Amino acid sequence: MSIDPGTNEVASKPTSQQARKGFEHIDILWISEGMSCDGDTVSVTAASQPPIEDVILGLVPGLPKITLHNKVLSPTLGGEAFLAPFRAAARGELEPFILVIEGSIPNQNIIEGDGYWTSFGNDLETGEPLTLNWWIDQLAPKAWAVVAVGTCAAYGGIHAMAGNPTGSMGLADYLGWDFKSTGALPIVNIPGCPVQPDNFMETLTWVLYHAAGAAPPPPLDHMLRPQWIFGKTVHEGCDRAAYYEQADFAKDYNSPKCQVKVGCWGPVVNCNVPKRGWMGGIGGCPNVGGICIGCTMPGFPDKFMPFMDAPPGGSLSSMLNKPYGAFIRRMRAITNITLNEEPKWHHNGPRLTSGYNPRWRPDGSRPSKTKARS
Amino acid sequence: MTATEQAPAGAKRPQIVEMSWDPITRIIGNLGIYTKIDFANQKVTECYSTSSLFRGYSVFMKGKDPRDAGFITSRICGICGDNHTTCSVYAQNMAYGIDTPPLAEHIINLGEAAEYMFDHTLFQDNLVFVDFCEAMIKDTNPSVLARAEKTEARNAKIHGYRTIADIMRAYNPFEGSVYKQALQVSRTTREMFCKMEGRHVHPSTVYPGGVGTMPEPTLFTDYLTRLLSILDFVKQAVAMNDDVFDFFYEALPGYEEVGRRRILLGCWGAYQDPTACDYKYEHMTDWGRAMKVTPGIVVDGQLVTTDLVDINLGIRILLGSSYYEDWINEEPFVTHDPLGNPVDMRHPWNQTTLPLPQKRNFDGNYSWVMSPRWLDKRTGDHLALDTGGGPLARLWTTALAGLVNTEYVKSTGSSVLISLPKSEKLPEMTLEWKIPKWANAIERNRARTYFVAYSAALAVHFLDVALDLIRGGDTKVFNNFSVPDEAVGCGFHEAVRGVLSHHLVIKDGKIANYHPYPPTPWNGSPRDSYGTPGPYEDAVQDMPIFEENRPENFKGVDIMRAVRSFDPCLPCGVHMHLGKGRVLKKLHSPMFGASHG
Repeated sequence: MSIDPGTNEVASKPTSQQARKGFEHIDILWISEGMSCDGDTVSVTAASQPPIEDVILGLVPGLPKITLHNKVLSPTLGGEAFLAPFRAAARGELEPFILVIEGSIPNQNIIEGDGYWTSFGNDLETGEPLTLNWWIDQLAPKAWAVVAVGTCAAYGGIHAMAGNPTGSMGLADYLGWDFKSTGALPIVNIPGCPVQPDNFMETLTWVLYHAAGAAPPPPLDHMLRPQWIFGKTVHEGCDRAAYYEQADFAKDYNSPKCQVKVGCWGPVVNCNVPKRGWMGGIGGCPNVGGICIGCTMPGFPDKFMPFMDAPPGGSLSSMLNKPYGAFIRRMRAITNITLNEEPKWHHNGPRLTSGYNPRWRPDGSRPSKTKARS
Repeated sequence: MTATEQAPAGAKRPQIVEMSWDPITRIIGNLGIYTKIDFANQKVTECYSTSSLFRGYSVFMKGKDPRDAGFITSRICGICGDNHTTCSVYAQNMAYGIDTPPLAEHIINLGEAAEYMFDHTLFQDNLVFVDFCEAMIKDTNPSVLARAEKTEARNAKIHGYRTIADIMRAYNPFEGSVYKQALQVSRTTREMFCKMEGRHVHPSTVYPGGVGTMPEPTLFTDYLTRLLSILDFVKQAVAMNDDVFDFFYEALPGYEEVGRRRILLGCWGAYQDPTACDYKYEHMTDWGRAMKVTPGIVVDGQLVTTDLVDINLGIRILLGSSYYEDWINEEPFVTHDPLGNPVDMRHPWNQTTLPLPQKRNFDGNYSWVMSPRWLDKRTGDHLALDTGGGPLARLWTTALAGLVNTEYVKSTGSSVLISLPKSEKLPEMTLEWKIPKWANAIERNRARTYFVAYSAALAVHFLDVALDLIRGGDTKVFNNFSVPDEAVGCGFHEAVRGVLSHHLVIKDGKIANYHPYPPTPWNGSPRDSYGTPGPYEDAVQDMPIFEENRPENFKGVDIMRAVRSFDPCLPCGVHMHLGKGRVLKKLHSPMFGASHG
């Protein structure tokens, strides 16, 4: 199958960057058969910056032409028609391609015998299910770039939590943190549970510009996240942070104030959602009354549970902040009272008291009448 | 279960071909369909369904803080995770002995209404309708397309497409106008959702005891203006759907048999009424009946019950053909419900999930999905209820029960009336969904679009009530609580694609047992311990084939329409298999759509 609109050939030709070598066309092989809920695929359909259909239809200038193979969005009826490009890539007959993995990787080694935790199609010879792990082993070494979408694929996430039966892990735990694709890129992690729609599309677009030869590789941090997205904390972008500064905390979820005492981990979590909103600038987490449970983080979920209790570190820092916060809250309240009063010359009396003086000079001198008349 | 054993009189000598589709596309999760098709008689003879994904939520939730359940269970589903959070919160409220402030209840109702509108629109127009689009029909039934070109659309005045083929062209993936518009509408409705529940698909602002959403007038203004902006689309979608589906019945006589099965529908109710609901199990019968989608079970067209206590106690989880060890000899968690009724060992409250990965064997165990059934006390049958993809069962029980009566939606006893206000292009309209003759693929799909209208109309009602509360100064959205040492709880809700229940047992302040039962285990279950096939298997088995292609280039579109009509969502799982028969030829999945788009 392919999503091949057959339009806009122009977009496949780099214009200003002719000197750089790049691809005119690239396939995206997206496997969501990890331990996942397909929520990252669904999330990506919410993106509007840019929308997925604009990228597929070639409406974003400078990108290579792409063919997307994703189970949820595929126009095929499924089965072999859908699997064909995946099988071709595994045989080394389809390149270049970007491999997108959604969901955490279960540990097949802990199963005795022929069972499996998750599969994607069948072995054509034996008819037995092909495991996700088999597909990764085949495809990752041949991929031009490898992208882990969502926290499950990036770091293990929910399905890798304490007490899990499947031994799940993130893609880098499986392939090795020093993995490099054939395009010499490390795994590109775009965490989030689910991924923030525009964060994914923006990062994918950067990878595609790079594929076109029109941009350097995306800058990633030590956990392989895009730096411009995950370089700041939730708290640094939160519109409730001012309440924290004033040591004014919500005691329950009725309050519009800072939520650190009712479970928000925002001050120590790398994520841009309060600033960017959830989609098209709408929604989010602590900015709209939802505690930050750290869903973008490698330590998610275990290090943040129980979610609805105050983070242990938060009580010390908020206590230290109390005298300062109480003082400036009082000072600001006083200033705020005066700012809420109109100037006293707003009146309907017989005399103008605004200080009107058309011949005002900066040194305060009054212009001489004789000079003015001459 | 096999149709090939005795060929009906006049039937041709069977020419049976095995066919499988694995994985199925345009659904959420991992599903394969394994069938045998008799091409001489144009009929599916057998069908098996199995899921190939196990993640173990009920296993790793043991010992965790019960307040975390809503956050964790949301991650079960990537398209309707919020239905899980909501259902978990309902179950927790019962366990903690609290209710939700009325305004918070309406904020959740508005969020859930937006979810239904978003999800049904995305699934119907961007996933299901690819099977009904011009490009697909050109490939599978060229003569039908030729007829569609000549058939005037009855509702052209409403939706603006002159012929049926024009509508089909608008469904073409990524390029058709309805396909593209639906993606936009799915974004607008998700923005409405994010206003109420913070984030889609895993909400941030929904808690046991209420919400953290700030109930300012702006919140409701932002929701209302977006709702009004999609009303033309909703009205046109209903008109277009009616035209296309009615055309299918006319162009392909007998199409009502596609995906048809006995009428065995379950609906667990949606849209809580805060004036009735205190979340106490003892009053569940009453507050269940006050829900704005009536819970109930319909068997052969008859409404068997609308009582959530009956529904709860009748649930049985059968192992059937799944990869688990039995728990029948484990210690029970709950022997009696809070009303003193005995609770069966096969009830989710008493289930222990013991995964046992093994080789797939279609004569033995072939799925990660267990088989939920509902014990009909009248007959002793373990009924393989389906959800009709969600909307069919919701509208059917609501219509029969005659309990819902608001300004915008009304149940008449045999139909549901839906009134939508005036919108930019179209006047105020009252739509009527009437109980259909069959539970089949077409009617499951048709109901979906009507339920978008139902939810849009109810959203107007919830906005009215919420704004009244705010203007009256009632802005409370959260009730505080403490977690008891020992408690049980259950939540009943409608996930987008059908029945959803969460069953919770707390011991020593921790989760001792937690079992969510989403719609797909009901719809996509394998053969159970009594040999009863699950609803997908049942609906596909014996159905006629209308596709014009022969085995060499067969696409299987009729089978896919039957399966997709249930709105499969398989982070809870499915696969289908073939039994014994006269196999002439073995083919793998048919190819389709290499240059489609």
